[in-house]
Amino acid sequence: MTTLGPLSVRLPPARATRRRASAGVALPALGLVLPAAALSAIGLLLVWSATRGRPGSTLPERQAISVGIGFALMWAVSRIDLRLLRAYVPLLYLLGLAGLVAVLTPLGRTINGSHAWIVLGNGLQFQPSEFAKAATLLALATILGELRDGERRPGAGAVLLALGVAAVPVGLIALQPDHGTALVFLVLTFGMIAVSGAPKRWFAAFAAAGAAGVLLVWRLDLIRPYQLQRLMVLADPDADPMGVGYNATQARIAIGSGGLLGKGLFHGEQTAGHFVPEQHTDFIFTVAGEELGFLGGACVILLMLALLWRGLWIAARSPSPFGTVLAGGVVCWLAFQTFVNVGMTMGLLPIAGLPLPFVSYGGSATISSLAAVGLLAAVNRRTRTPRIRQSRRSA
Amino acid sequence: MRSGAPGGIRGNANRGRLTVVFVVVTTLMLTLLGRLWYLQVVTGSSYSRAATESRVRSVVLPPVRGQILDVRGRPLVANETRPQVSVDYMALLHQPDGGTDVLTRLARALGRPYQELADRARLCGRDVPRPCWPGSPYQPIVVADDVSVRTALWIAERQNEFPGVSTALRPVRTYPLGPAAAHVLGYLQPPSPDDPEGGPELIGRDGLEARYDRDLAGRTGIREVAVDSTGKVTGLIREEAAVPGETLVTSIDARVQEVAERALARAVTGARRRGEPADSGAAVVLEARTGRVTAIADYPSYDPGVWTGGISQRAYEDLPLISAAVQGQWAPGSTWKVTSTAAAAKAGYGLRDSYDCPGGYKIGGRVFHNFESAELGRMDMRRALVVSCDTIFYRFAERMWKRDGGLTPVKRPKDPMQKMAKEFGFGTPTGIDLPHEAAGRVPDRAWKKANWERTRADACRRAKSGYPEESNRGRAAYLKALAADNCRSGGVWWAGDAANFSIGQGDVLVTPLQLARGYAALANGGTVFSPRIGKRIERPDGTVVRTIAPPVVGRIDVSRKTLRFIRDSLAGVPREGTAAAAFAGFPLKRFPVAGKTGTAEAYGRQDTSWFASFAPAKDPRYVVVVVVSQGGTGGTTAAPAAREIWEGIDALTHHKKHPKKHKKGGGR
Repeated sequence: MTTLGPLSVRLPPARATRRRASAGVALPALGLVLPAAALSAIGLLLVWSATRGRPGSTLPERQAISVGIGFALMWAVSRIDLRLLRAYVPLLYLLGLAGLVAVLTPLGRTINGSHAWIVLGNGLQFQPSEFAKAATLLALATILGELRDGERRPGAGAVLLALGVAAVPVGLIALQPDHGTALVFLVLTFGMIAVSGAPKRWFAAFAAAGAAGVLLVWRLDLIRPYQLQRLMVLADPDADPMGVGYNATQARIAIGSGGLLGKGLFHGEQTAGHFVPEQHTDFIFTVAGEELGFLGGACVILLMLALLWRGLWIAARSPSPFGTVLAGGVVCWLAFQTFVNVGMTMGLLPIAGLPLPFVSYGGSATISSLAAVGLLAAVNRRTRTPRIRQSRRSA
Repeated sequence: MRSGAPGGIRGNANRGRLTVVFVVVTTLMLTLLGRLWYLQVVTGSSYSRAATESRVRSVVLPPVRGQILDVRGRPLVANETRPQVSVDYMALLHQPDGGTDVLTRLARALGRPYQELADRARLCGRDVPRPCWPGSPYQPIVVADDVSVRTALWIAERQNEFPGVSTALRPVRTYPLGPAAAHVLGYLQPPSPDDPEGGPELIGRDGLEARYDRDLAGRTGIREVAVDSTGKVTGLIREEAAVPGETLVTSIDARVQEVAERALARAVTGARRRGEPADSGAAVVLEARTGRVTAIADYPSYDPGVWTGGISQRAYEDLPLISAAVQGQWAPGSTWKVTSTAAAAKAGYGLRDSYDCPGGYKIGGRVFHNFESAELGRMDMRRALVVSCDTIFYRFAERMWKRDGGLTPVKRPKDPMQKMAKEFGFGTPTGIDLPHEAAGRVPDRAWKKANWERTRADACRRAKSGYPEESNRGRAAYLKALAADNCRSGGVWWAGDAANFSIGQGDVLVTPLQLARGYAALANGGTVFSPRIGKRIERPDGTVVRTIAPPVVGRIDVSRKTLRFIRDSLAGVPREGTAAAAFAGFPLKRFPVAGKTGTAEAYGRQDTSWFASFAPAKDPRYVVVVVVSQGGTGGTTAAPAAREIWEGIDALTHHKKHPKKHKKGGGR
């Protein structure tokens, strides 16, 4: 009955809010949907530009379908009552883990050097780690946001449980190996624990553990040569312009040559010449930089910042710790991934295979990012619920 | 506190944490904005340049180098299209094994030893022997240019197996006359890496190829194409067609050139058969009235074809790159007497007066002898030239020397003989359109003093130490005495020096070309030209860009009568004088050749054999000078070679007179 119970209890208020939503919910939700929609639209144009001249390329169309699915899912997720969703969190989490395990079985495929894919045949493929991201996010929010009576912050048990719950997908992803995504999981976990209000001594412990980890990696020589080279190239981008540094150099040339106003959409010469490898996926920002210039690139970053601010605003206004932690997690995820992605194209950070949310080509990432925006909207909707209920009661 | 209410969150620790996240997130995004501004606005222009560099490839379109033609339009240097195989040094360097594998495969494909290709593909340096690449490492290095079309295509089709190897049909220089006039034509080499203007094309390094490089080279075209990241051409940005080089028409007559080469070679082999070393020689044929060069033959010579496609160190070191005609210098011997005669006439000695020609003439305690000390009796100057009397000139020289003050020279000595020699154009380069010309030497008091000051220290050292390395005791003692003499008073211009000068001995040096030009001045009535080989520059379609005229650089300040007298006198030399044996049977009546033999002593070497001549004697058209170093007397070695050349010229002009009357010479 525990699964059926919430359904029967919660449906009436949900239906009741639908009518009010057009007036009360629409405005704050627009602050989420508009940046996400703008970023997705820009992303579609940039993917189109990056792949033009490739005969028979259907990548823009595929991305358009992904964006469509993503928005549908966003809408659906935003409609879900979070309290109802919470009941399914363990199931989602386990499904996410199952996907990650499946990747490690013969079902998994290696695409672009990362063993992170499951191919369903006929060009249909997905990246379980992207869905595991959302599932882990929900699981952590559930653990860190479900405070027992009298608790103002999660106890040691909850934090340790959260760490354990995060460690499993991180471990599985590290086995792929996809260190970039694993790092997103770590930052997301760290951010959610922080937002949940866990005592500061945990962060001292994390810092110590992190330092020990770095030392261990260094002493045990676990760092791979290519990773070391990526770090060296960061220090000196011209060290090996035709080798490891090629990507970084070409990316900076493409962005830098855009100037203030850019060369115009579809007029990027570096883009047309396909000088930047992986330009439609991880290096999509170079297309924005070259063709749209500083104005366009800043536009992308500011749209993302608007979305992140809105997410934090929602987190701050959430009536439940669950909503706060969930929204905070989404913000940490999108912010970190954006920073790493754009930073690496501009030579600020070493090259890591992370997509730019909403903008990069990639179905799984696009859909999961848009679904995460849906989660933010859902948290936002919950913020309103008490007030709506109050008005209903007074009526 | 109710944990579920919004107000509760605002009040609890989460609020502060969210503020931290807000600050961190905002900072991260603003960092990205700042970096973007820096990349695109602050340093954007440098990236724009880098973008252009990575996107635009310049393909150099080599021009076809102009031909070099003889006076009748026969090619001396032409072009032939051949498949060439080149390697890209930088591309090889980027191979994991430094290109060894590619070169090994290429060597197998070309059927050449690997080492040969590897040697040609390395860069020249201080410790790198030839063959090596003297050009820029960014140019394609030609490693083989006598490749069959089949092989070239086979390689071109296998770009995967031969990364950095390219094949192209390229014109290469061909030399239809073989080794003839090799020094005059010169050769091509890649520009040195230090040359800022050095393009990918070969440039002229010697001879006419170097002197007329600007005209022959043409202009390199350029094609700028847009490429994608794989180097695939995606479009044409700009194309500027190559402008083919212009044609150099020379005054060289290929047939006379061949005659001269043959005659010189025969003279050298003949002299060797007589036991002379005959180590080098030259033959020069000038147009007497215009100063144009009709033929320049050098011995030893080489086949300029060796330059095509790189050259090995051994072959390079063995190449006789010095042109004997332009860079070789010898004492002129009696051929010099024309200047001394002119000087004497100008100084007031009657040419028709009678002078005694004793076997020896005593100057300053030393007897200066005639050739073989012949007692020839009394004679006029005509006879003196014909039989080549020395002692008459000794007397002239001694008197002139005394008039200038002898050992205590007057302030401004007249030096009539030196002045006349300089008027004939000796002692300075002729200014011919060839590089590296030697200047010759007209020694006088000042020169001897300067030379003494240069060599004095060495002479004084020898005066003390002697010549212990000399095995011949008598010779060592002589040399020591000479050194002591030199140390003490080597800078003094003795009467003996003046005497030696008068007969073209001692320190006098001339190049064969200088002697030819001096004789041309004698022949044409006194005009001294700066000889020219180039006659005009033409476009490939035949329109004339410019004509080249040999500039007049001086006049011999002697009366026409004197010059005519000397010319008439020299006409007797082949008839009855020192060259009579050489010209026996030559149709002198129909084609009167005038000339002067020269047998110049060279210290420690065999005599230099000279013959300087012009014809027809009354109205000279051509000058022929032949020299064979260490070739014996002028009459036995050089004069017969000159005779052979004159026979050739006679046959060519004589033959021409009948069928086609107007085809003579090429214009003038």
